[in-house]
Amino acid sequence: MNRKAKEALMFSLLRGCAVVVVLTLVIIIGYIFIGGIGKWSVDFFTKNPAPDSHGALVMGGVFAPLVGTLILMVLVLIISIPIGVLGAIFLVERQGKSRISRAWWIVVNNLAGVPSIVWGLLGVALLVYYLHFGLSLIAAAITLSLMVLPIIMVATKEAIEAIPASIREASVSLGATRWQTVRHHVLPYSASGIMTGVILSLARAGGETAPILVTGVAVNAGIPGSLSDQFQALPYYIYLMTQTTNRTQAYAMADAAALLLIVLIVGMSLGAIILRSRYREKYKW
Amino acid sequence: MASKVKMKRRFGLKRVLESSIWSTLLFCALISVVVLLLVFGYLVGNAIPFFEQISPIQFLTGTNWNPGVTPPAYGVLPLLMGTLLVSFVGAVIAIPIGLGCAIYLTEIASPRVRRYLKPTIEILAGVPSVVYGLFAALVLSDWLAAVFHPISRLNALNGALILAVMMIPILVSLAEEAMNSVPKSLKEASLALGANRYETIRRTLVPAALPGIGAAIGLAIGRAVGETMAVIMATGNATQFTANIFSSVRTMTAALAIDVQETAVATQHYYSLFAVGLLLFIITFAINLIADYIMARFKEAYQ
Repeated sequence: MNRKAKEALMFSLLRGCAVVVVLTLVIIIGYIFIGGIGKWSVDFFTKNPAPDSHGALVMGGVFAPLVGTLILMVLVLIISIPIGVLGAIFLVERQGKSRISRAWWIVVNNLAGVPSIVWGLLGVALLVYYLHFGLSLIAAAITLSLMVLPIIMVATKEAIEAIPASIREASVSLGATRWQTVRHHVLPYSASGIMTGVILSLARAGGETAPILVTGVAVNAGIPGSLSDQFQALPYYIYLMTQTTNRTQAYAMADAAALLLIVLIVGMSLGAIILRSRYREKYKW
Repeated sequence: MASKVKMKRRFGLKRVLESSIWSTLLFCALISVVVLLLVFGYLVGNAIPFFEQISPIQFLTGTNWNPGVTPPAYGVLPLLMGTLLVSFVGAVIAIPIGLGCAIYLTEIASPRVRRYLKPTIEILAGVPSVVYGLFAALVLSDWLAAVFHPISRLNALNGALILAVMMIPILVSLAEEAMNSVPKSLKEASLALGANRYETIRRTLVPAALPGIGAAIGLAIGRAVGETMAVIMATGNATQFTANIFSSVRTMTAALAIDVQETAVATQHYYSLFAVGLLLFIITFAINLIADYIMARFKEAYQ
C-alpha cells in the first residue's frame, strides 16, 4: 500500500472512532428520550411516587425526588462553596508556591479522584454514626460537600492562576493591600472561572447516587421537613425503578426520570461550558 | 513622618479589616485541610479493628467473600477480581476508540467539527452514572444476551462496556490535552522533512505525547475502578471468584454500596467494609498519584 492510501485509510479509521463516540451518545440519550418522553406530563412533575396494585411505587410522579435533589444541591452549595473557594484563595494568595501549599495541592488533586462510594462510607462512619446525625438530609449533604470540595478548590486555583502576575503587581504597586488586590482584581477576573467550577461540582453532586444511597436517601420519605429527615432523590428513584417487579411501568418511569435528570445535570454542565468559553473570549491576556 | 505612617498602618481600620479577612480565609483553608485529613483518619481507624481479627494476608489472598454466614469469610479476591475484570476489559475497549477520537479531534477535524465535537464529549462526561447504569441494565444487557447468550443476563461484559462508554470522554479530553502540549515545532519539522500527516501523527506526535497519553489511560482506569452505580446496575452483583466475562460479578464498590445498608454498626462485617474501602482508596489514590506525576513531568519537559 502506498503512503497516500495508508494515510487516507488511517484517517478514516480515526474519523470512525469519533463517529462511534458521537453515535454512543446519540443512542443512549435517544433511547432514554423515546422511552421516557411519553411519561412527561403535569402529573409526572407535581405528584409523588404512588404504589400500583401490588404495592410497587411505580405510579404517580417524581415531585418528591425532584425536590429532594434540588434541596440537596442548594445545601451542597451553601456548605462547600465558602469553604472551598475561600480556602483555595487563601492557599493560592498567601501560601503561593511554598512547600506546604504544593504538598497540599497534590493531596487535594488526588482527593478529587477518590471514588464516591468511599466518601459515602466515610459519611456513614463520621456523620451518620459517630456524630449521631442518623440517616438524614444533612448527613448526605455534608458527604456530597466533602466529595466536591477538592473539585471546587482545584477549579478556583486554576481560575486564579490564569490571571497574569502583572495585574496583581500593578495593583500592589499602586498601594493596594493584598486583600484589596484580591477583592478588586483577582476575584472579578476569576469569578466566571470559579463559577464554572462551582456549577460543574453541583451538577456532579446532584447526579451522584452511591454516597446518598448509604447516608440518608429513602424509598418514600416525601419532602423533608427538616435537616434530620430522610429524603428522596432523582438518581435513587431511577435506581429503584430498575429493581421493582412491575417492569413495563417501572422502566418507562425510570426513562422519564432519567430524561429529567439529564436535562437538569447536562443543562447545568452546558451552562458552565458556555460560561467558560465566553470568559475565555472576554479575557485574553 | 515615617513613624507616623507606620503607626497609621498598624492601627488603621483598614489594617484590622485586612487581617480579619485573611483570618477568615485561613480558617476556611484549615477547615478543608482538617476535615479531609480527619475523614481519612476515620477510614484507617475503622479498618484497624478488622485487621486485628483477620490478617491482611488472609484478607488479600482469600478467594471467598461471604460476611453474612457463620463462620464468615473475608477474602477480598472475588471483589478485587470483579473490579479488575470490568475495569480492564472496559479499558481495552475504550482505549483505541478514545485515543482515535482524541487524535481526530486534535489533528484532523476542521475547526467547525471541533466546535461541536468537544461539547458533545463534555456532555458524555457529564451524564450521571445512574443514567449509564439504567441504559446498561435495560437496553445493553438485552443486546448482549441476544448476541452472546451469556451465563447471566447482567454480567461483567455488560459492566465493562458501559464503563468503556464512561471512560471515553476522560480519555479523549486528557489525551487531547497531552497532544496539544507537544510543541508545534516538532510537528512542523516532521512535515518539512517530507512526512505526510499520518506519518507525522504516528512517528512524531504520538511518541512525543506518549507519557501524557499513558497518564490519561491511568486516570480513566482509576475512574472505572471507583465507579459504583453503573456497575451495580450492570453486573448483577453475584459474589464469585471468576475471570469469565459472561458471568455475573460483584465489584468492591458494589459490595460497599450494598452491604453498608445491611450491616449493624461496630460488627466485624461493618469494619470489613472499611478494609475494602481502604483498599479501594489506596488503589485509586496510587493510580491518580502516579498519573498526575507523569502528566506534570511531561508538561514540564515541553515548556
